[in-house]
Amino acid sequence: MSILAKTLGRTFFQETYSANRTTCTLVPGDGVGPELVYSLQEVFKAANVPVDFEAFFLSEINPVLSAKLEDVVASIRKNKVCIKGILATPDYSNEGELQTLNMKLRTELDLYANVVHVRSLPGVKTRHDNIDTVIIREQTEGEYSALEHESVPGIVECLKIVTAKKSMRIAKFAFDYATKNNRKKVTAVHKANIMKLGDGLFLKSCEKVSKLYPRIELDKMIVDNTTMQMVSNPNQFDVMVTPNLYGAIVDNLASGLVGGAGVVAGASYSADAVVFEPGARHIFAQAVGKNVANPTAMLMCGTKMLRHINLPTYSEVIQNAINQVLKDGKIRTKDLGGQSTTQDFTRAIIANLH
Amino acid sequence: MAARFIQKILKQLGFQAATESTSLAGATLKAKVNTTPAATRGYASGVRKVTLIPGDGIGPEISAAVQKIFTAANVPIEWEAVDVTPVRGPDGKFGIPQAAIDSVNTNKIGLKGPLMTPVGKGHRSLNLALRKEFNLYANVRPCRSLEGYKTLYDDVDVVTIRENTEGEYSGIEHEIVDGVVQSIKLITEEASMRVADYAFQYAKNNNRKKVTVVHKANIMRMSDGLFLRCVRDTAKKYPEIQFEERYLDTVCLNMVQNPGKYDVLVMPNLYGDILSDMCAGLVGGLGLTPSGNMGLNGALFESVHGTAPDIAGKDLANPTALLLSAVMMLRHMELNSHADKIERAAFETIKEGKYLTGDLGGKAKCSEFTNEICAKL
Repeated sequence: MSILAKTLGRTFFQETYSANRTTCTLVPGDGVGPELVYSLQEVFKAANVPVDFEAFFLSEINPVLSAKLEDVVASIRKNKVCIKGILATPDYSNEGELQTLNMKLRTELDLYANVVHVRSLPGVKTRHDNIDTVIIREQTEGEYSALEHESVPGIVECLKIVTAKKSMRIAKFAFDYATKNNRKKVTAVHKANIMKLGDGLFLKSCEKVSKLYPRIELDKMIVDNTTMQMVSNPNQFDVMVTPNLYGAIVDNLASGLVGGAGVVAGASYSADAVVFEPGARHIFAQAVGKNVANPTAMLMCGTKMLRHINLPTYSEVIQNAINQVLKDGKIRTKDLGGQSTTQDFTRAIIANLH
Repeated sequence: MAARFIQKILKQLGFQAATESTSLAGATLKAKVNTTPAATRGYASGVRKVTLIPGDGIGPEISAAVQKIFTAANVPIEWEAVDVTPVRGPDGKFGIPQAAIDSVNTNKIGLKGPLMTPVGKGHRSLNLALRKEFNLYANVRPCRSLEGYKTLYDDVDVVTIRENTEGEYSGIEHEIVDGVVQSIKLITEEASMRVADYAFQYAKNNNRKKVTVVHKANIMRMSDGLFLRCVRDTAKKYPEIQFEERYLDTVCLNMVQNPGKYDVLVMPNLYGDILSDMCAGLVGGLGLTPSGNMGLNGALFESVHGTAPDIAGKDLANPTALLLSAVMMLRHMELNSHADKIERAAFETIKEGKYLTGDLGGKAKCSEFTNEICAKL
């Protein structure tokens, strides 16, 4: 009965507001990205989600087929939301360029805050239970500044830039996030004992901002200790705020703790646009065309996006379906110890949409 | 000539020339207490001298435990214990006493307990001074799951080899304008080749199958690119050892899911710092993992845990990390049979689980644990 009512309601909603559809930029990315995005589109179609995708194939390793960065940026600026797979970053560039396409996109749109919510999933057995940590990473400066030069042959300098302005901005973002989501503690991850000025500035900025949020505790932890604590006692972490490179490390480590790159979603925020992308950035190139990749992370990017554009009911329906399928444990992709294909998994999700 | 010779002997015996500062003399006199008289030293019989820096906090206890076990195992080593309590140098700054530096320079090999770096101005980091003196360019940290001490991760057996002289820790930083800081990560071909070569040599000498270079050359294309190229070039010289390249983030992700994927890892400074601590976390923390620093002028083996002032002097500390570092040292000195014997006894003791210290969930005292290892030798 309730299913019927829901379906009717949804159809009614859709018909009444058919004009009120949202357009979302879609960048499938490299590796298994296109396969995962296909799964997402199938699920959205089955759930009658009122979202239209504006797809761009953007790729650094496949420059011939790639859309222009300007077009993608313009589309994201216009739509304000984007779902993005992972772009492969080669170790070299044909033009000798130091900036990767990912960096360019982030700088262009000023996507300064990357948020990855790492959570233990129902039915996914891992070594640790009840992990629930949010990692907030600054991603427009730091080690990813692409400022390098070879002073004399055999001697390379790579600049890491830390600014007070961007450090304050990410610290404020982290504390705002903690306030909004009823979190108690923000842990600043750093290496200020060695990089006294650079990481010192980051730490100082976090301290300064934390004074404005007396109800949220600020904790400081050196990055190597953080990784050690994370593998032995991950439950002690609440919200973490990190400079660029340490964020990449902690994101991946934490994703590994809850089931791997296939099950963790993330989002990158600028002041007015959001790009939803998997939390641990791996293209999984060896699985291309094999129908084995786990679409969970991409589907969760979808549900996060729906929540963001204020379609919480659709988001819930899909998220419940994901949880149900994971909990049943009958349909599992290889990364979670099963034998099912990407397609099987997608179909199971669709069968559970109610 | 003869006079100089006599002076040298006198110096070895711990008698300082009157011109030396009193604190220096104090340091050597203190050191002398723990060592056997010079008269019994015999290089001819193959006994080799090793500098011992007991360290602070629990350092002296665990050093004593290691010494006891070595004596029980009849290791042909003679300890030369030195005190590294900072003394004021001629420039007014506090640093390591010259006597300690001399000892390290003559013996070329040392074992070091945890040191507390005093907080406050004018103190040079002791670790940094030792690193400079020895030219320690590679840090080696084997992490292996111990039977009998259950963690969430089984079958961990990885060795992290970290470049230790440059990279992110070059210490070159400046504030360009107010609120904008530039830190320089320095990668040189010389240092990269040196550590790469050491890594493959290590893999070969220790019957390891694979070397993985951990890098981020997709982001830092020139600096990490140079490091990567150096390791690649070195790999060609060792065709018998498997070689693979992995991104830092991939290694972080895979290490916690399936540590068995990796064998020997070689990487720049910061990544090594992070991964070595993470791997230690997988097997139960810094109290169980040994560490060795290889240098141009010698090698220094140490435990990398803290000084644990809260349990210092209470006979509660776990000497495993320092003992395993000492075992690494024996292997480095090619005293393999002694190394194997001691390592086996230590692993046996932990496996039996009858005499475990508090940090491993047992109730035994440090001395009981030590005695049990001695009994097993």
